[in-house]
Formats: sequence, C-alpha cells, structure tokens
Amino acid sequence: MYSEKVMDHFTNPRNMGSMENPDGKAQVGNPTCGDIMEIAIKVEENKIKDIRFKTFGCGAAVATSSMVTEMAKGKTLEEAEQLTNKTVAEALDGLPPVKMHCSNLAADALHKAIQDYREKQTKKG
Amino acid sequence: MKRVYMDNGATTRTHPEVLQAMEPYFLETYGNPSSVHNFGREALKGVEEAREQVQKLINAHDPQEIIFTSGGTESDNLAIIGFAMANRKKGKHIITSAVEHHGVLHTCEYLEKELGFSVTYLPVDKFGLVNVEEFQKTIGEDTILATIMMGNNEIGTIQPIKELAEVAREQGVVFHTDAVQAVGNMPVDVQDLGVDMLALSAHKFHGPKGVGALYVRKGVKLHPHMHGGAQEKKRRGSTHNTTGIIGLGKAAELARDNLSEKVEKVTKLRDKLIKGIEENIEEIVFNGHPEQRLPGNVNFCFRYIEGESLLLSLDLEGIAASSGSACTSGSLDPSHVLLATGLSHEVAHGSLRLTLSYFNEEEEVDYVIEKLPGIIDKLRQMSPLYQSKS
Repeated sequence: MYSEKVMDHFTNPRNMGSMENPDGKAQVGNPTCGDIMEIAIKVEENKIKDIRFKTFGCGAAVATSSMVTEMAKGKTLEEAEQLTNKTVAEALDGLPPVKMHCSNLAADALHKAIQDYREKQTKKG
Repeated sequence: MKRVYMDNGATTRTHPEVLQAMEPYFLETYGNPSSVHNFGREALKGVEEAREQVQKLINAHDPQEIIFTSGGTESDNLAIIGFAMANRKKGKHIITSAVEHHGVLHTCEYLEKELGFSVTYLPVDKFGLVNVEEFQKTIGEDTILATIMMGNNEIGTIQPIKELAEVAREQGVVFHTDAVQAVGNMPVDVQDLGVDMLALSAHKFHGPKGVGALYVRKGVKLHPHMHGGAQEKKRRGSTHNTTGIIGLGKAAELARDNLSEKVEKVTKLRDKLIKGIEENIEEIVFNGHPEQRLPGNVNFCFRYIEGESLLLSLDLEGIAASSGSACTSGSLDPSHVLLATGLSHEVAHGSLRLTLSYFNEEEEVDYVIEKLPGIIDKLRQMSPLYQSKS
C-alpha cells in the first residue's frame, strides 16, 4: 500500500531526533488522532541550516516528516514556506488516499516552526 | 528472510489435508448438490457429511441445526436480522455488547437505525467482560434477542456465555453468540453452553476462506436473508459452495483431533510470549483477561508509539501481526474494543495483537521476543511523546 520511497523514509528516517536550543520549534496534530509531529529548525542567514523531527504516528506520518526535513534543509525561509503537504506527498510518489488527510501534516509543522522563529525574532527586535 | 506468521486471528493457514479433501469436489464430484443425477447426489453426500462433522465439532443435537453460509459475518447477519425480522411482533429490543465484532455491531446498528429496533450495548470492565447481573437487569418485556460474542477477536477475552445464556433462557430471550474466534481453537459445546444460535467460520481454524456456518437450535424461527433457492431448508438460498463446505467439514474433523493437546501447546506459547514481552519492555498495558482468554491471543499497548508503525517495523523483520490503531481500523478512531475497556485514544493507538495457532513453534515466539524490544525502542526514540515523559 505504500510506495518504495515511503518505506525508505520510514525505514531510514532523515534528520530524526531532538535539537538543543532551536531557533524555531512547533508541534502539530494530537494524540487522540494518533498523529503528532514536532519540527525544530536552526536558521542562519535566512536559510534553514539544520532541521530535526520527531513523530508519533503511522508509516505515512513518519515518512512525510522525514521527507519534509530533507526538502527544507538548505532552503530559504520563503522557499520552505512554499512547500505544501501536497508537494511532500508527491515527492514520496504519493500516499494512499486514506492517509492524505490525517497523516500528512509535515508541511504544516514546518510552517509553524518558521512562524515560531519569526515571532521570536520580532520579540528580540 | 525469516517469516513468522502471528496473525491467526485474521486468518489461518489452510491445513494440507483440508485442501486434499476439497480437490476431488473441483475435478470429479463437481455436480450441483441440488441436482438429481449422480454427479449431484455424490456432491450432496459430501455436503451432508460435512454438516455432520460441523455438528460433532460443536456438539449440536441434530445436523439439520447447521446452516452453511459464506462465513462469520454472514452467519451473524443471518442470526440477528433473520431472527429479528421473524420475531418482530413479539418485541423489538435486542441486547448486545460494546466489544462485538462489527459483523454483530453494525448489524445491530442497522436494525436500530433502519428498522425501528432498540438496542442496548452492554459496557465491559477493564478485562473486556460483560457483567451477568447487568445483562439480567437490561432484559425487558420487549427483549427478543441477545447477541454476545464468545471470544473477543482483538483482546481474546472469553465471555461467561453459559451464565448469560442461562439468564436469557429463564427470561425467554433467544441467545446468539459469535464464536468465530473460539470454534476449532478451544472446546465449544452448544448444548452445554445452552445457546440458541452460534456463528462460526472455517478459515479461523485452518479451513478455507469464504465459508462458515450458523448453528440454529431446532424450533428457533429465522427469516432467510438470501432469497431465491430452497437450499439449507429454505433458510439460505444460493448454490452450495460445495468445495468450501467440504473444506469446512474436514477442518472441523481435524480440529477435534487432539484438541486438548493443541490448546495446551498454543496456551503455553501464548503465555511464554506474554511473559517475554512483560519482562523485556517497559511502559506497556496488557489487554484482555489473563485467564479467561482465547488460547492463541496476545494483546498489548506500547505507550508513546502508534500501531501501524509498529506493524510496518515488525513486517520488515518478517513478523506478521495486527493492531487496533486508527490507521489499521480504517477510521479515525482506534479500536472500539480497546476504548470500551477504558483505554485512552493515545494508548489504544499503540496496540499490538499477536495471534498464534498450533502451526507456530517456540523458536518463533523466541524470535519475536528477541526483535520486539529493539523495534519499540527505535519507535519511542522517534516519538515526541516519549521525549516529553523521559
């Protein structure tokens, strides 16, 4: 039911783990639905220098988290904000239809982490 | 790669002797059992022998109390809708439990929503057991039918069917039990249990898929739900699935051979697996009843992880299992059974069911105990819930 790319990212997740003193961090989803994604970023010169994820969820949830970190790394914040759940799913050669709704939150988590970073910058202002 | 099958609650391996028994009914005795000629008569003879084998397996009084169907779900539908429609003038109240298989649960919901019946869904305790006194109190003037499963397909809990059926009988309520997980895997005696109807399915005890039976005690009136043929004494139209029925009969005969030794073997493997998981993995929840339990059922929840990820990881090690997580239940909610026992959504999402048969060996249990802790640890390292608790 999953593509080879999904299984590859599930089996060997990229950028998995926690980050000390992240510049931006966010969590989306909730345990009731069975999916939680947490993304932390380090930003240098308006670019995503480093990124880490942690996920509680199904195979699709893990794979989309891993894929979004791979796609975002090295990109400018504006470029990273252009990534959508749809482009992440496409990069994984698609997800089963039933997974499109609940497990495909990774881009949302990334956008919120960037938002968190921007808010912190404003406060520092 | 090593392959270990521990999803016998989903389906079992067909016994080679079952396949062997079926083969001539494809190639030689292929007549329609309803036909007059020799091809038909020979096929009918096979069907009636199979009926006797099923009768013996569950100790029914008369082979004519066995109706062949397409499986457990159809048997439950026939029992519940067939009985409710034939007896609706006597009353329109049905009692069931919150932990039934969907073959029962959704059938009761259909009667409730579409046909004006009222249904009571009895709650269960943390072990998944219904309370006999509570059942008794729920029976009213209008109650015509109770349908409570024998062995739970998810958590393995065995309900006190004999006590429940006795209460029902005293109150004049007909009692059906979905015994799909129990029949062939532990002793089931319909006369001793005192049930009026009982559903069973061949592929849960090494028979073929797509065939099952409904036991209906003599005198219990049902409306057929398959119209168009006089088969099964007009209780279930449609050409007999001869090969499937032969396979069911053979599986029933084989199930009776050394049943107590097989139950003992499977129970021993089950208890070793339970002990191995409890000794090697922390922060787990044991689901179901420790003793009143199907011989082959093991069910745990592993905190901070999600069931589907666990199944995929096990599959990568060649281990086949199942889960009650939302992703595997085909809905947004985790298993209704686990929630009914009082677990939170979060914990219920992390469930794992390992179901054994007598084809499993001890070294397979050892292999699972060896692989599982590492898999759980890896998934927990990935989980933001685990991090926040440690």
